[in-house]
Amino acid sequence: MSSDSIAWPAAQPLSRPLTDRVHEWVTTVDHKRLGIMYIVYALCLLVIGGIEATIMRIQLIRPHNDFVSPQVFNRMFTMHGTTMIFFVAMPLVFGFANYLIPLMIGARDMAFPRLNAFSFWLMAFGGLLLYFSFLGANGLYGAGNAPDVGWWAYAPLTALPFSPGHSTDYWTLSLLVSGFGSMGTAINIIATVICMRCPGMTLAKMPLFAWLNLVMGVLVLEVISPLTAAQLMLLIDRYLGGHFFDTQAGGSAVIWMHFFWVFGHPEVYVLVIPAFACISEIVPVFSRKAIFGYPIMVAATVCIGFISMSVWAHHMFTVGMSPQGNGFFVLSTMAIAVPTGIKIFNWLATMWGGKIEFKVPMLFAIAFLFQFLLAGLTGVIQASAPVDWQLAYSYFVVAHFHYVIVGGILFALFGAFYYWYPKITGRMLSETLGQLHFWLFFIGFHLTFDFMHIPGLLGMPRRIYTYEPGRGWEIWNLLVTIGVFFQAAGVLVFVGNLVWSYFGGKYAGRDPWDAWTLEWSTSSPPPAYNFAAIPTVRSRRPLWDLKHPDDPDWKYE
Amino acid sequence: MSERSRIVGSALGNLRILCLLLRVICPVSAAFAHPAEPLSPTNIFAPASTPADSIFGLSLFVLAVTAAVFVTVFTLLVYAVVKYRRKAGDDGHEPPQVYGSNQVELAWTVIPVLIVGALFLATARVIADIQAAAPPPNSIEVVAVGHQYWWEFRYPGLKVVTANELHVPASDPAHPTPTFIKLLSADTDHSFWVPRLAGKTDLIPNHPNSMWIDPHETGLYLGQCAQYCGTQHAKMLLRVYVQTREEFDRWIQAQQQPAHVSPPQQAKTGLAGDPADTVAEGRRVFEKTACINCHAVAGSANADGRFGPDLTHLMSRDTIAAGAAPNTPENLRLWIKDPSAIKPGSLMPAMGLNDQDLNALTAYLETLR
Amino acid sequence: MNVIPMTLPQPGLKWELPSRGRVGMFSLIAAESAIFTIFVVAYLFYIGKSLTGPMPKEVLRVPVLYTICLLSSSLTIHLATRALRQGSNKVFGTFWFVTLALGATFLFGTAREWHHLIYDEGLTISTNLFGTTYYSLVGLHAFHVTAGLLGLFTVLAFTLLGKLRQEHAERVDVLSLYWHFVDAVWVVVFTIVYVIGR
Repeated sequence: MSSDSIAWPAAQPLSRPLTDRVHEWVTTVDHKRLGIMYIVYALCLLVIGGIEATIMRIQLIRPHNDFVSPQVFNRMFTMHGTTMIFFVAMPLVFGFANYLIPLMIGARDMAFPRLNAFSFWLMAFGGLLLYFSFLGANGLYGAGNAPDVGWWAYAPLTALPFSPGHSTDYWTLSLLVSGFGSMGTAINIIATVICMRCPGMTLAKMPLFAWLNLVMGVLVLEVISPLTAAQLMLLIDRYLGGHFFDTQAGGSAVIWMHFFWVFGHPEVYVLVIPAFACISEIVPVFSRKAIFGYPIMVAATVCIGFISMSVWAHHMFTVGMSPQGNGFFVLSTMAIAVPTGIKIFNWLATMWGGKIEFKVPMLFAIAFLFQFLLAGLTGVIQASAPVDWQLAYSYFVVAHFHYVIVGGILFALFGAFYYWYPKITGRMLSETLGQLHFWLFFIGFHLTFDFMHIPGLLGMPRRIYTYEPGRGWEIWNLLVTIGVFFQAAGVLVFVGNLVWSYFGGKYAGRDPWDAWTLEWSTSSPPPAYNFAAIPTVRSRRPLWDLKHPDDPDWKYE
Repeated sequence: MSERSRIVGSALGNLRILCLLLRVICPVSAAFAHPAEPLSPTNIFAPASTPADSIFGLSLFVLAVTAAVFVTVFTLLVYAVVKYRRKAGDDGHEPPQVYGSNQVELAWTVIPVLIVGALFLATARVIADIQAAAPPPNSIEVVAVGHQYWWEFRYPGLKVVTANELHVPASDPAHPTPTFIKLLSADTDHSFWVPRLAGKTDLIPNHPNSMWIDPHETGLYLGQCAQYCGTQHAKMLLRVYVQTREEFDRWIQAQQQPAHVSPPQQAKTGLAGDPADTVAEGRRVFEKTACINCHAVAGSANADGRFGPDLTHLMSRDTIAAGAAPNTPENLRLWIKDPSAIKPGSLMPAMGLNDQDLNALTAYLETLR
Repeated sequence: MNVIPMTLPQPGLKWELPSRGRVGMFSLIAAESAIFTIFVVAYLFYIGKSLTGPMPKEVLRVPVLYTICLLSSSLTIHLATRALRQGSNKVFGTFWFVTLALGATFLFGTAREWHHLIYDEGLTISTNLFGTTYYSLVGLHAFHVTAGLLGLFTVLAFTLLGKLRQEHAERVDVLSLYWHFVDAVWVVVFTIVYVIGR
């Protein structure tokens, strides 16, 4: 053939200048890239938030310690809480949702790609604004100070007389800005899931991941708004002479609490429901069985979403509500344990009769089940208002919610990392390093947060920069602090794994876990357009149908 | 290393771990087993007053139920993880796919609903018991006002004003004399928490609350502010002295007297000269400078400041600065000279007094018994 | 780089999902409703709790005319979008302009009312609880009216430039949803402030 005689030059890979590549990422509207940016941003702030926690724990390792001053300590717990909730957990959740939802429902991108990018940059700017407070809050008067009013910013501590300067304003404005970003992402998720599913994928045939993120999106819209409203009111009080929370003018400090917790409680469901979504994808694949009770799982999640909006005042049992008021919130809080328990049982039933593989994602999922069970039960304990009259504002509460957020949500997200990293990068994370990460973090987590319950039971309040000797708290605080270093080691191993595997990990291929949802039908990583041809599906597990043509799911659904 | 020494070494290592675990577990179980000997003076499982008792009883019930749930589900989880793991010689086929079961779903919906019902009823009962209690005629009436970062206690019926250290009579179950405390705040939110006596209740400005205690045994009960109120939230400590009726009445009597300036027992101020002169000089410093803007001393015409604690019977208290330091002349002097040495962030300013005035002032304050 | 073609045989599948714009706008409306709800709750909670200063009964005058303007703008915007769907650009343009004018009149009325309250009655946002909650709630609504007017004006500009066509009817309809929402909120705010609260 004539082409044989022509010497083709060796093809050179196109190498573009760094500025070009950075520009591409900065201006991207591709859901996959935005998802990665959310996740990387969150990981950076996870490390910073972890440093803040470590500083606090070193200060509390013994009574009357002077590692940091009370002013610094109070800034640490405020910044740690605000950072972890708004700039670690939410971006992680939004990042995974952004990356995976279009792939799972057979779409090419989210419903509003430019809104998607705008929302990311709002959130990123919010985080930067919060941390700028360290430099800028005091203006010209010297070293800046960050907010120190606690992440709930209770009135009237946030009023001008008690919080002069601008530290509180940094808290307010950074969350206001990133709150608008969250609303944009929520609108995007809802519109994407409702309007962009591929043919054949009715709502009843969507992956649970998509369903649960839909519920999360609706919750975000209904709960970030109250926080936005309350923060606008706070700004009006501080700068326009308003009296919303001005007790001297007849205003109410309690109404701030109501508004904040109407946001604050459902917010934790905003964080945990996507964690449930990850678990609902991982457990079936590593048990080699379909999820048990798909319709009930959806119904239970929707129930949780609704009930979560009616439990908020269980954060206010000590505020002096009437017995009837207290009783109502006891009932609603205990009631939410029912659909939550149902979900745990369904995951257990999914594993039952299966063939469980203890790959790293499944290790994290099993630990999640164990830890979330405990966390839920300590929640039920506190739901009993008189018991909460002892436990509120103590280290028991701190232990409980870290059990949920770290032991539940973070463990589930770690599992999600190990599960979907091959799809995102095309490489497997190192299984050995993953095991090391898991065990270090597991040991550290339990050292810290198991023993943290005890000082609460022995009368230790939270948010104190030091404590008195002779109250029996010393040994427990020591153990809690030691656990922090194991967790830090685990996180370092994890970050090392992420980086090392990106360059040297085993190639993953399209479907390394032999899974069943649509994202595993694309290449790893997927092309920019996700799907060359929009797929058509007939069941909840389209790849199962393809792999088992004799026994497809749509026969049984 | 020889085989035997390795075995012994590892056995010793295990033993050491076991001992460490036992040392950790034993105090915990001791707390549960011997509630009358708390391993901590602020142990919620060592109640010494009716509200704390009711809560303790309810918490045992709730703990028992949740522990039973945990044990059941955890056992099932461990069983599933062990029994249904992929075995070594597996044939590679997928296991039977089970999509759901209505009966099972119904069962594990109904049973939790029943459990929630039981827990709710038990809880509602205790809420009513504690919140709906009305003060009997013999009760002691106290008004507690939370400040940044100290507690003001007033006994309106008995015309007593003091700070940080609350005295109440022990309450005999046969003839109860509980103390009903009205909770107010002068600035931000606080929370009154003395775990062995009652659950905590918040002090919120423009939102009066009330709580009650009826301690059965005399003694000193400790607690502290439990709602973050600012920089020195950590050192807003509480001391509740439960006394016999006689002791309490005597204390009230002493507190009702205005300040009497008696010569100090020992001249610890290190100044030469007649101690009585030093005390008078100290009183002059107190009454003619900024001290009276914040502090009151009953019997002193112009010392009626309300921003800081009432000092009329300062020396009757065991601690100063809301428990931040023991009440000794050295600490008192240091506190006046530089409050941030004891409680950085406290709202008491350093008064910038010279040593002579400082010594005199301390000597005067030492006479306020 | 293998990609499994995922198209499974499906007899006669008709697949129509709601429009993204509509779902997005409804979601935005849901979020905004939640923000307004909080301000409404604060207003209701603080009725009668002001320690000093002018009370609603003393100073509020019911803005009947401007309310009629705003509510009838809902009718005119509906007529406008219907006309655009049917392809009558001129009718659309007329009704759209009237909507804008009615909305602007409403804002003008609010400004006039505020001027009277501030300068004649001495009620500002910092006067008392009534002042704070009144200006916040009515102001939040006015802010949303302003945002809506900006959107309306943008569409008007495109119309005048001749760039608006029948195929844009769906998008204009989505914008009109926002305008209807703003009107609905005014019904609630009006009832709370001028009827219940006075």
